[in-house]
Amino acid sequence: MTKLSYERPVITKLNTGTMNKFGTRTEYAPVTQIDGVPVKKLIADYGSPCFVISERTIRDTYKNAVRAFKSRYPKVQFAWSYKTNYLNAVCNVFHSEGSWAEVVSIFEYEKALKNGVPGTKIIFNGPDKTESDLRTAIENNSMIHIDHFDELYQLSEILQDSGKKARVAIRVNMDTGIYPMWDRFGFNYEDGSAWSAINKIFAHPEMDFVGLHCHIGTYMLTTNAYSVAAGKLCDLAFNIKQRYNKNIEYLDLGGGFASANTLKGSYLQGGDIIPSVDDYAEAITSTILNYGFKPDELPTLFLETGRALIDDAGYLLGSVIAIKRLSDGRRATIMNFGVNLLFTAFWYNHRISPAQEISAQTEDMVIYGPLCMNIDVVRENINLPLLNKGDNVVVHRVGAYNMTQWMQFIQMRPKVVMIGMDGTPHIIREHETLDTMLRYEKMPAHLKEFKL
Amino acid sequence: MHINKNIAISETGFVFNPLTGDSFSTNQVGQEILRKLQGGTNQEELLKHLTEKFNIDKTTLEKDMTDFMLMLNSYQILMDDEKA
Repeated sequence: MTKLSYERPVITKLNTGTMNKFGTRTEYAPVTQIDGVPVKKLIADYGSPCFVISERTIRDTYKNAVRAFKSRYPKVQFAWSYKTNYLNAVCNVFHSEGSWAEVVSIFEYEKALKNGVPGTKIIFNGPDKTESDLRTAIENNSMIHIDHFDELYQLSEILQDSGKKARVAIRVNMDTGIYPMWDRFGFNYEDGSAWSAINKIFAHPEMDFVGLHCHIGTYMLTTNAYSVAAGKLCDLAFNIKQRYNKNIEYLDLGGGFASANTLKGSYLQGGDIIPSVDDYAEAITSTILNYGFKPDELPTLFLETGRALIDDAGYLLGSVIAIKRLSDGRRATIMNFGVNLLFTAFWYNHRISPAQEISAQTEDMVIYGPLCMNIDVVRENINLPLLNKGDNVVVHRVGAYNMTQWMQFIQMRPKVVMIGMDGTPHIIREHETLDTMLRYEKMPAHLKEFKL
Repeated sequence: MHINKNIAISETGFVFNPLTGDSFSTNQVGQEILRKLQGGTNQEELLKHLTEKFNIDKTTLEKDMTDFMLMLNSYQILMDDEKA
Protein backbone atom coordinates (compact mmCIF):
# COMPACT_ATOMS: atom_id res chain seq x y z
CA MET A 1 0.00 0.00 0.00
CA THR A 2 1.37 3.41 -0.93
CA LYS A 3 1.86 5.60 2.08
CA LEU A 4 0.44 9.11 2.19
CA SER A 5 2.87 12.02 2.01
CA TYR A 6 3.71 13.42 5.42
CA GLU A 7 3.55 16.95 6.69
CA ARG A 8 4.40 17.57 10.31
CA PRO A 9 1.26 18.06 12.44
CA VAL A 10 0.44 21.66 13.09
CA ILE A 11 -2.42 23.41 14.85
CA THR A 12 -2.98 27.13 14.59
CA LYS A 13 -5.28 29.18 16.73
CA LEU A 14 -7.73 31.24 14.72
CA ASN A 15 -8.03 34.82 15.85
CA THR A 16 -10.70 37.29 14.97
CA GLY A 17 -10.82 40.94 15.78
CA THR A 18 -7.99 43.29 14.99
CA MET A 19 -7.44 43.20 11.29
CA ASN A 20 -4.72 44.86 9.29
CA LYS A 21 -6.67 47.34 7.18
CA PHE A 22 -3.94 47.29 4.55
CA GLY A 23 -4.09 43.51 4.29
CA THR A 24 -0.93 41.45 4.36
CA ARG A 25 1.26 40.34 1.54
CA THR A 26 1.97 36.65 1.59
CA GLU A 27 5.50 35.44 1.09
CA TYR A 28 4.57 31.85 0.56
CA ALA A 29 5.23 31.32 -3.12
CA PRO A 30 8.25 29.08 -3.48
CA VAL A 31 11.21 30.44 -5.41
CA THR A 32 12.73 27.44 -7.11
CA GLN A 33 15.00 29.13 -9.64
CA ILE A 34 17.05 32.28 -10.15
CA ASP A 35 17.54 33.44 -13.73
CA GLY A 36 16.52 29.98 -14.89
CA VAL A 37 19.01 28.11 -12.70
CA PRO A 38 17.32 25.79 -10.14
CA VAL A 39 18.02 26.83 -6.56
CA LYS A 40 18.54 23.17 -5.61
CA LYS A 41 21.24 22.87 -8.28
CA LEU A 42 22.97 26.05 -7.09
CA ILE A 43 23.03 24.66 -3.56
CA ALA A 44 24.22 21.23 -4.75
CA ASP A 45 27.04 22.79 -6.79
CA TYR A 46 28.12 25.68 -4.57
CA GLY A 47 26.96 24.75 -1.08
CA SER A 48 24.64 26.25 1.47
CA PRO A 49 24.69 29.05 2.43
CA CYS A 50 25.70 30.73 -0.79
CA PHE A 51 25.29 34.23 -2.20
CA VAL A 52 23.94 34.46 -5.74
CA ILE A 53 24.08 37.58 -7.91
CA SER A 54 22.13 38.05 -11.10
CA GLU A 55 24.16 39.86 -13.75
CA ARG A 56 20.98 40.35 -15.75
CA THR A 57 19.25 42.14 -12.88
CA ILE A 58 22.25 44.43 -12.34
CA ARG A 59 22.33 45.43 -15.99
CA ASP A 60 18.55 45.89 -16.22
CA THR A 61 18.45 47.98 -13.05
CA TYR A 62 21.41 50.09 -14.15
CA LYS A 63 19.99 50.68 -17.63
CA ASN A 64 16.68 51.75 -16.13
CA ALA A 65 18.40 54.25 -13.84
CA VAL A 66 20.49 55.66 -16.70
CA ARG A 67 17.37 55.95 -18.84
CA ALA A 68 15.53 57.79 -16.07
CA PHE A 69 18.26 60.44 -15.79
CA LYS A 70 19.50 60.69 -19.38
CA SER A 71 16.00 61.12 -20.73
CA ARG A 72 15.68 64.19 -18.49
CA TYR A 73 19.15 65.70 -18.46
CA PRO A 74 21.81 65.90 -21.17
CA LYS A 75 24.99 65.19 -19.18
CA VAL A 76 24.79 62.31 -16.70
CA GLN A 77 27.55 60.12 -15.35
CA PHE A 78 27.11 57.29 -12.84
CA ALA A 79 30.00 56.22 -10.62
CA TRP A 80 29.74 52.83 -8.97
CA SER A 81 29.79 53.06 -5.18
CA TYR A 82 32.47 50.50 -4.30
CA LYS A 83 31.54 50.22 -0.64
CA THR A 84 28.07 48.94 -1.54
CA ASN A 85 29.54 45.85 -3.18
CA TYR A 86 33.18 45.78 -4.19
CA LEU A 87 33.43 42.26 -5.50
CA ASN A 88 35.44 42.78 -8.68
CA ALA A 89 32.97 40.96 -10.92
CA VAL A 90 30.14 43.15 -9.65
CA CYS A 91 32.20 46.33 -10.16
CA ASN A 92 33.11 45.26 -13.67
CA VAL A 93 29.48 44.72 -14.64
CA PHE A 94 28.87 48.36 -13.74
CA HIS A 95 32.09 49.53 -15.44
CA SER A 96 31.19 47.61 -18.59
CA GLU A 97 27.90 49.53 -18.61
CA GLY A 98 29.82 52.81 -18.51
CA SER A 99 29.88 53.54 -14.80
CA TRP A 100 32.95 55.22 -13.29
CA ALA A 101 34.17 54.39 -9.77
CA GLU A 102 33.38 56.11 -6.49
CA VAL A 103 35.66 55.03 -3.66
CA VAL A 104 36.06 55.99 0.00
CA SER A 105 39.42 54.47 0.90
CA ILE A 106 42.76 53.73 -0.71
CA PHE A 107 41.85 50.04 -0.57
CA GLU A 108 38.82 50.67 -2.74
CA TYR A 109 40.83 53.11 -4.87
CA GLU A 110 43.45 50.49 -5.66
CA LYS A 111 40.76 47.93 -6.33
CA ALA A 112 39.23 50.28 -8.92
CA LEU A 113 42.62 50.86 -10.55
CA LYS A 114 43.27 47.11 -10.69
CA ASN A 115 39.84 46.62 -12.24
CA GLY A 116 41.01 48.86 -15.06
CA VAL A 117 39.25 52.11 -14.19
CA PRO A 118 41.45 55.04 -15.31
CA GLY A 119 42.49 57.29 -12.43
CA THR A 120 40.74 60.21 -14.13
CA LYS A 121 37.45 58.35 -13.75
CA ILE A 122 37.74 57.67 -10.04
CA ILE A 123 35.96 59.87 -7.51
CA PHE A 124 37.83 59.74 -4.21
CA ASN A 125 35.42 60.44 -1.33
CA GLY A 126 35.62 59.88 2.40
CA PRO A 127 37.15 61.45 5.49
CA ASP A 128 40.24 59.23 5.60
CA LYS A 129 42.83 60.10 2.96
CA THR A 130 46.45 59.93 4.08
CA GLU A 131 49.23 61.98 2.55
CA SER A 132 50.24 58.94 0.53
CA ASP A 133 46.63 58.41 -0.63
CA LEU A 134 46.37 62.02 -1.75
CA ARG A 135 49.66 61.82 -3.63
CA THR A 136 48.37 58.73 -5.47
CA ALA A 137 45.14 60.51 -6.37
CA ILE A 138 47.03 63.61 -7.57
CA GLU A 139 49.37 61.45 -9.65
CA ASN A 140 46.40 59.74 -11.31
CA ASN A 141 44.50 63.01 -11.80
CA SER A 142 41.49 61.63 -9.90
CA MET A 143 38.69 63.77 -8.53
CA ILE A 144 39.46 64.41 -4.86
CA HIS A 145 36.38 65.27 -2.86
CA ILE A 146 37.67 67.17 0.15
CA ASP A 147 35.89 66.27 3.37
CA HIS A 148 37.36 68.64 5.97
CA PHE A 149 39.75 71.58 6.40
CA ASP A 150 42.58 69.36 7.64
CA GLU A 151 42.44 67.50 4.35
CA LEU A 152 42.33 70.77 2.44
CA TYR A 153 45.45 72.07 4.20
CA GLN A 154 47.24 68.75 3.82
CA LEU A 155 46.50 68.76 0.12
CA SER A 156 47.79 72.29 -0.12
CA GLU A 157 51.07 71.30 1.59
CA ILE A 158 51.51 68.35 -0.75
CA LEU A 159 50.92 70.48 -3.82
CA GLN A 160 53.20 73.35 -2.82
CA ASP A 161 56.33 73.35 -4.96
CA SER A 162 55.32 70.02 -6.50
CA GLY A 163 54.51 71.58 -9.84
CA LYS A 164 51.38 69.45 -9.94
CA LYS A 165 47.69 70.33 -9.97
CA ALA A 166 44.91 68.49 -8.22
CA ARG A 167 41.32 68.21 -9.44
CA VAL A 168 39.24 68.90 -6.36
CA ALA A 169 35.65 69.23 -5.24
CA ILE A 170 34.18 69.69 -1.81
CA ARG A 171 31.57 67.62 -0.11
CA VAL A 172 28.79 69.85 1.13
CA ASN A 173 26.39 68.92 3.93
CA MET A 174 23.15 70.79 4.38
CA ASP A 175 19.69 70.92 5.83
CA THR A 176 17.38 69.32 3.28
CA GLY A 177 14.44 69.05 5.65
CA ILE A 178 15.07 65.48 6.68
CA TYR A 179 16.08 63.92 9.96
CA PRO A 180 18.75 62.96 10.80
CA MET A 181 20.76 65.58 8.96
CA TRP A 182 24.06 64.14 7.84
CA ASP A 183 26.49 66.84 8.88
CA ARG A 184 29.50 64.76 9.83
CA PHE A 185 30.87 64.64 6.29
CA GLY A 186 32.00 67.65 4.33
CA PHE A 187 31.44 71.37 4.86
CA ASN A 188 28.16 72.83 5.99
CA TYR A 189 26.16 74.97 3.58
CA GLU A 190 24.08 76.94 6.06
CA ASP A 191 26.87 78.08 8.40
CA GLY A 192 29.10 79.26 5.56
CA SER A 193 31.78 76.58 5.96
CA ALA A 194 31.25 75.36 2.42
CA TRP A 195 31.74 78.83 1.00
CA SER A 196 34.78 79.34 3.20
CA ALA A 197 36.31 76.11 1.85
CA ILE A 198 35.57 77.23 -1.71
CA ASN A 199 37.31 80.57 -1.13
CA LYS A 200 40.36 78.80 0.32
CA ILE A 201 40.56 76.45 -2.66
CA PHE A 202 40.37 79.33 -5.13
CA ALA A 203 43.24 80.93 -3.23
CA HIS A 204 45.34 77.92 -4.22
CA PRO A 205 46.03 77.98 -7.95
CA GLU A 206 47.48 74.46 -7.73
CA MET A 207 43.95 73.23 -6.98
CA ASP A 208 41.56 73.02 -9.90
CA PHE A 209 38.05 73.35 -8.48
CA VAL A 210 35.99 71.05 -10.67
CA GLY A 211 32.85 70.09 -8.79
CA LEU A 212 30.47 70.14 -5.86
CA HIS A 213 29.39 67.03 -4.05
CA CYS A 214 26.76 66.08 -1.50
CA HIS A 215 25.35 62.88 -0.11
CA ILE A 216 22.36 63.78 1.99
CA GLY A 217 21.45 60.44 3.56
CA THR A 218 20.57 56.85 2.90
CA TYR A 219 17.34 55.03 2.05
CA MET A 220 15.75 58.39 1.31
CA LEU A 221 11.97 58.16 1.16
CA THR A 222 11.39 61.70 -0.03
CA THR A 223 12.55 63.11 -3.33
CA ASN A 224 12.02 66.64 -2.13
CA ALA A 225 15.24 66.45 -0.12
CA TYR A 226 17.12 65.92 -3.40
CA SER A 227 15.45 69.00 -4.91
CA VAL A 228 16.62 71.04 -1.92
CA ALA A 229 20.13 69.58 -2.14
CA ALA A 230 20.39 70.16 -5.88
CA GLY A 231 19.15 73.73 -5.40
CA LYS A 232 21.80 74.46 -2.78
CA LEU A 233 24.59 73.02 -4.93
CA CYS A 234 23.33 75.11 -7.86
CA ASP A 235 23.39 78.16 -5.62
CA LEU A 236 27.05 77.54 -4.78
CA ALA A 237 27.87 76.90 -8.43
CA PHE A 238 26.20 80.17 -9.45
CA ASN A 239 28.06 82.13 -6.82
CA ILE A 240 31.35 80.57 -7.89
CA LYS A 241 30.63 81.64 -11.46
CA GLN A 242 29.82 85.14 -10.28
CA ARG A 243 32.83 85.59 -8.02
CA TYR A 244 35.51 83.57 -9.80
CA ASN A 245 34.14 83.38 -13.35
CA LYS A 246 34.51 79.63 -13.21
CA ASN A 247 32.01 77.13 -14.58
CA ILE A 248 31.73 74.10 -12.32
CA GLU A 249 32.27 70.94 -14.33
CA TYR A 250 29.93 68.76 -12.33
CA LEU A 251 27.43 68.50 -9.52
CA ASP A 252 27.59 65.17 -7.69
CA LEU A 253 24.33 64.36 -5.91
CA GLY A 254 25.78 61.26 -4.29
CA GLY A 255 23.51 58.32 -3.55
CA GLY A 256 20.93 57.36 -0.97
CA PHE A 257 18.14 56.13 -3.26
CA ALA A 258 16.07 53.50 -1.47
CA SER A 259 15.80 49.87 -2.54
CA ALA A 260 12.56 47.91 -2.22
CA ASN A 261 13.62 46.23 1.02
CA THR A 262 11.29 46.79 3.97
CA LEU A 263 12.75 48.73 6.86
CA LYS A 264 12.14 47.35 10.35
CA GLY A 265 9.24 49.18 11.93
CA SER A 266 7.71 50.06 8.58
CA TYR A 267 4.00 49.30 8.45
CA LEU A 268 3.99 49.04 4.68
CA GLN A 269 6.22 46.96 2.45
CA GLY A 270 9.28 48.77 1.12
CA GLY A 271 8.21 48.38 -2.48
CA ASP A 272 4.96 50.23 -1.75
CA ILE A 273 6.51 53.34 -0.24
CA ILE A 274 9.82 54.06 -1.95
CA PRO A 275 10.06 56.63 -4.73
CA SER A 276 10.90 55.24 -8.17
CA VAL A 277 14.20 56.10 -9.83
CA ASP A 278 12.18 58.33 -12.16
CA ASP A 279 10.86 60.24 -9.14
CA TYR A 280 14.41 60.86 -7.90
CA ALA A 281 15.54 61.79 -11.40
CA GLU A 282 12.69 64.23 -11.88
CA ALA A 283 13.36 65.98 -8.56
CA ILE A 284 17.08 66.40 -9.23
CA THR A 285 17.15 67.20 -12.93
CA SER A 286 14.23 69.60 -12.93
CA THR A 287 15.84 71.60 -10.12
CA ILE A 288 19.13 71.93 -12.00
CA LEU A 289 17.50 72.61 -15.37
CA ASN A 290 15.23 75.27 -13.90
CA TYR A 291 18.01 76.99 -11.98
CA GLY A 292 19.11 79.15 -14.87
CA PHE A 293 22.34 77.69 -16.25
CA LYS A 294 23.08 78.56 -19.86
CA PRO A 295 22.63 75.39 -21.93
CA ASP A 296 26.34 75.16 -22.77
CA GLU A 297 27.29 75.72 -19.11
CA LEU A 298 25.15 72.99 -17.60
CA PRO A 299 27.27 70.96 -15.20
CA THR A 300 27.53 67.20 -15.63
CA LEU A 301 25.33 65.39 -13.13
CA PHE A 302 27.21 62.70 -11.22
CA LEU A 303 25.35 59.99 -9.31
CA GLU A 304 26.85 57.53 -6.88
CA THR A 305 23.80 55.49 -6.08
CA GLY A 306 24.68 52.02 -4.83
CA ARG A 307 21.92 50.33 -2.86
CA ALA A 308 19.16 50.92 -5.40
CA LEU A 309 21.30 49.51 -8.22
CA ILE A 310 22.48 46.27 -6.65
CA ASP A 311 20.12 45.20 -3.85
CA ASP A 312 17.62 43.40 -6.10
CA ALA A 313 20.36 41.46 -7.87
CA GLY A 314 21.56 39.68 -4.72
CA TYR A 315 20.12 36.51 -3.17
CA LEU A 316 21.23 34.45 -0.22
CA LEU A 317 20.47 30.74 -0.39
CA GLY A 318 20.36 28.87 2.89
CA SER A 319 19.04 25.82 4.70
CA VAL A 320 17.07 25.01 7.81
CA ILE A 321 19.31 23.58 10.54
CA ALA A 322 16.57 22.92 13.06
CA ILE A 323 13.13 23.91 14.20
CA LYS A 324 12.21 24.26 17.83
CA ARG A 325 9.55 25.62 20.15
CA LEU A 326 10.38 28.54 22.42
CA SER A 327 9.14 28.66 25.99
CA ASP A 328 6.41 31.16 25.09
CA GLY A 329 5.03 28.87 22.40
CA ARG A 330 6.59 30.62 19.43
CA ARG A 331 8.06 28.54 16.64
CA ALA A 332 11.78 29.14 16.06
CA THR A 333 13.56 28.17 12.88
CA ILE A 334 17.34 28.06 12.88
CA MET A 335 19.00 28.76 9.56
CA ASN A 336 22.59 28.17 8.50
CA PHE A 337 23.02 31.88 7.80
CA GLY A 338 22.73 34.70 10.29
CA VAL A 339 23.72 38.29 10.85
CA ASN A 340 27.31 37.30 10.12
CA LEU A 341 26.36 37.11 6.43
CA LEU A 342 23.19 39.16 6.46
CA PHE A 343 24.32 42.34 8.13
CA THR A 344 21.33 44.17 6.70
CA ALA A 345 19.03 41.97 8.83
CA PHE A 346 19.74 44.53 11.55
CA TRP A 347 17.62 47.11 9.73
CA TYR A 348 15.56 45.24 7.12
CA ASN A 349 12.77 42.70 7.37
CA HIS A 350 14.16 40.67 4.52
CA ARG A 351 11.75 38.74 2.35
CA ILE A 352 12.40 35.02 2.70
CA SER A 353 10.88 32.41 0.39
CA PRO A 354 10.89 28.64 0.58
CA ALA A 355 12.84 27.02 -2.24
CA GLN A 356 10.66 23.93 -2.57
CA GLU A 357 6.99 23.13 -3.03
CA ILE A 358 5.00 23.89 0.07
CA SER A 359 1.66 23.04 1.61
CA ALA A 360 -1.14 25.43 2.42
CA GLN A 361 -0.29 25.48 6.13
CA THR A 362 1.71 28.36 7.50
CA GLU A 363 2.96 29.37 10.90
CA ASP A 364 4.41 32.42 12.58
CA MET A 365 8.03 32.00 13.52
CA VAL A 366 11.18 33.75 14.54
CA ILE A 367 14.18 33.03 12.33
CA TYR A 368 17.55 32.67 14.00
CA GLY A 369 20.97 32.30 12.49
CA PRO A 370 23.55 29.66 13.40
CA LEU A 371 25.71 31.81 15.66
CA CYS A 372 25.88 31.00 19.35
CA MET A 373 25.07 34.64 20.08
CA ASN A 374 21.76 36.10 21.18
CA ILE A 375 21.92 38.91 18.63
CA ASP A 376 21.73 36.48 15.73
CA VAL A 377 18.13 37.11 14.68
CA VAL A 378 17.29 37.23 10.98
CA ARG A 379 13.53 37.91 11.35
CA GLU A 380 11.81 38.56 14.68
CA ASN A 381 8.47 37.53 13.25
CA ILE A 382 7.55 36.08 9.90
CA ASN A 383 4.75 33.91 8.62
CA LEU A 384 6.04 31.12 6.40
CA PRO A 385 4.92 27.69 5.24
CA LEU A 386 5.95 24.75 7.42
CA LEU A 387 9.70 24.36 7.15
CA ASN A 388 11.57 21.22 8.05
CA LYS A 389 15.20 20.46 8.80
CA GLY A 390 17.13 20.49 5.53
CA ASP A 391 14.63 22.63 3.61
CA ASN A 392 16.12 25.47 1.55
CA VAL A 393 15.16 29.11 1.52
CA VAL A 394 15.95 32.13 -0.61
CA VAL A 395 16.54 35.53 0.99
CA HIS A 396 15.82 38.40 -1.39
CA ARG A 397 17.45 41.78 -2.00
CA VAL A 398 20.75 41.21 -0.29
CA GLY A 399 23.04 42.66 -2.96
CA ALA A 400 23.88 45.89 -1.15
CA TYR A 401 26.33 46.03 1.77
CA ASN A 402 26.12 42.38 2.82
CA MET A 403 29.11 41.29 0.74
CA THR A 404 31.17 44.16 2.13
CA GLN A 405 29.94 44.40 5.72
CA TRP A 406 29.72 40.64 6.36
CA MET A 407 31.57 39.39 9.37
CA GLN A 408 33.99 36.53 9.70
CA PHE A 409 32.57 35.72 13.10
CA ILE A 410 32.18 32.15 14.34
CA GLN A 411 31.53 30.97 10.80
CA MET A 412 33.49 31.45 7.63
CA ARG A 413 32.11 33.23 4.61
CA PRO A 414 30.57 31.23 1.77
CA LYS A 415 30.95 31.29 -1.98
CA VAL A 416 29.51 34.08 -4.06
CA VAL A 417 28.18 33.03 -7.45
CA MET A 418 27.18 35.28 -10.34
CA ILE A 419 24.69 33.99 -12.89
CA GLY A 420 25.84 35.40 -16.21
CA MET A 421 23.68 36.76 -19.00
CA ASP A 422 23.57 33.32 -20.65
CA GLY A 423 22.45 31.63 -17.43
CA THR A 424 25.86 30.18 -16.59
CA PRO A 425 26.82 30.43 -12.91
CA HIS A 426 30.37 31.63 -12.17
CA ILE A 427 32.09 31.60 -8.79
CA ILE A 428 33.18 35.20 -8.21
CA ARG A 429 34.43 34.69 -4.66
CA GLU A 430 35.53 31.40 -3.14
CA HIS A 431 34.35 30.28 0.28
CA GLU A 432 36.77 30.78 3.13
CA THR A 433 38.56 27.86 4.76
CA LEU A 434 40.49 27.38 7.97
CA ASP A 435 43.64 28.11 5.95
CA THR A 436 42.19 31.51 4.97
CA MET A 437 41.99 32.41 8.64
CA LEU A 438 45.26 30.86 9.76
CA ARG A 439 47.24 32.55 6.99
CA TYR A 440 47.24 35.80 8.96
CA GLU A 441 47.88 34.38 12.44
CA LYS A 442 51.31 34.02 13.99
CA MET A 443 52.20 31.90 17.04
CA PRO A 444 54.93 33.04 19.46
CA ALA A 445 57.47 30.23 19.94
CA HIS A 446 56.73 29.80 23.64
CA LEU A 447 53.07 29.12 22.92
CA LYS A 448 53.56 26.52 20.22
CA GLU A 449 53.37 23.49 22.49
CA PHE A 450 51.45 22.67 25.63
CA LYS A 451 50.41 19.69 27.71
CA LEU A 452 46.87 19.12 28.89
CA MET B 1 -2.88 13.18 29.82
CA HIS B 2 -6.10 12.82 27.85
CA ILE B 3 -7.94 14.71 25.13
CA ASN B 4 -10.95 16.84 25.88
CA LYS B 5 -13.74 14.62 24.51
CA ASN B 6 -15.96 17.53 23.51
CA ILE B 7 -13.50 18.79 20.92
CA ALA B 8 -15.20 19.09 17.54
CA ILE B 9 -13.13 18.32 14.45
CA SER B 10 -14.46 18.99 10.95
CA GLU B 11 -13.35 17.11 7.85
CA THR B 12 -11.50 20.19 6.63
CA GLY B 13 -9.39 20.52 9.76
CA PHE B 14 -11.44 23.11 11.63
CA VAL B 15 -11.22 22.42 15.37
CA PHE B 16 -13.48 23.89 18.05
CA ASN B 17 -12.83 23.66 21.78
CA PRO B 18 -16.13 24.30 23.62
CA LEU B 19 -14.28 24.47 26.91
CA THR B 20 -12.49 27.67 25.96
CA GLY B 21 -14.45 28.83 22.91
CA ASP B 22 -11.28 28.80 20.83
CA SER B 23 -11.14 27.73 17.19
CA PHE B 24 -8.16 26.23 15.43
CA SER B 25 -7.12 24.91 12.09
CA THR B 26 -5.04 21.78 11.71
CA ASN B 27 -3.59 19.81 8.84
CA GLN B 28 -4.20 16.20 7.78
CA VAL B 29 -1.69 14.61 10.15
CA GLY B 30 -2.98 16.80 12.97
CA GLN B 31 -6.55 15.67 12.31
CA GLU B 32 -5.46 12.03 12.31
CA ILE B 33 -3.76 12.45 15.68
CA LEU B 34 -6.72 14.26 17.25
CA ARG B 35 -9.22 11.65 16.02
CA LYS B 36 -7.09 8.76 17.25
CA LEU B 37 -6.64 10.43 20.62
CA GLN B 38 -10.41 10.90 20.85
CA GLY B 39 -10.83 7.23 20.04
CA GLY B 40 -8.65 6.31 22.98
CA THR B 41 -5.51 5.31 21.08
CA ASN B 42 -2.44 5.51 23.27
CA GLN B 43 0.80 7.21 22.22
CA GLU B 44 2.64 4.02 21.24
CA GLU B 45 -0.22 2.78 19.07
CA LEU B 46 -0.54 6.22 17.54
CA LEU B 47 3.11 6.29 16.48
CA LYS B 48 2.76 2.83 14.93
CA HIS B 49 -0.42 3.81 13.10
CA LEU B 50 1.05 7.03 11.70
CA THR B 51 4.29 5.43 10.49
CA GLU B 52 2.20 2.81 8.70
CA LYS B 53 -0.14 5.34 7.12
CA PHE B 54 2.29 8.19 6.29
CA ASN B 55 5.67 8.24 4.63
CA ILE B 56 7.67 9.20 7.72
CA ASP B 57 10.36 7.70 9.91
CA LYS B 58 9.72 7.08 13.60
CA THR B 59 12.40 9.46 14.89
CA THR B 60 11.10 12.47 12.97
CA LEU B 61 7.53 11.60 13.85
CA GLU B 62 8.35 11.34 17.55
CA LYS B 63 10.02 14.76 17.47
CA ASP B 64 7.06 16.32 15.63
CA MET B 65 4.55 14.60 17.92
CA THR B 66 6.28 15.93 21.04
CA ASP B 67 5.95 19.46 19.69
CA PHE B 68 2.34 18.91 18.60
CA MET B 69 1.34 17.53 21.99
CA LEU B 70 2.95 20.54 23.64
CA MET B 71 0.80 22.84 21.52
CA LEU B 72 -2.37 20.79 22.22
CA ASN B 73 -1.61 21.08 25.89
CA SER B 74 -1.07 24.83 25.72
CA TYR B 75 -4.40 25.22 23.86
CA GLN B 76 -6.16 23.10 26.53
CA ILE B 77 -7.14 20.49 23.99
CA LEU B 78 -5.05 17.97 25.87
CA MET B 79 -5.51 18.01 29.62
CA ASP B 80 -3.51 16.62 32.50
CA ASP B 81 -5.33 13.73 34.20
CA GLU B 82 -5.42 15.36 37.64
CA LYS B 83 -7.19 18.39 36.14
CA ALA B 84 -9.88 16.24 34.52
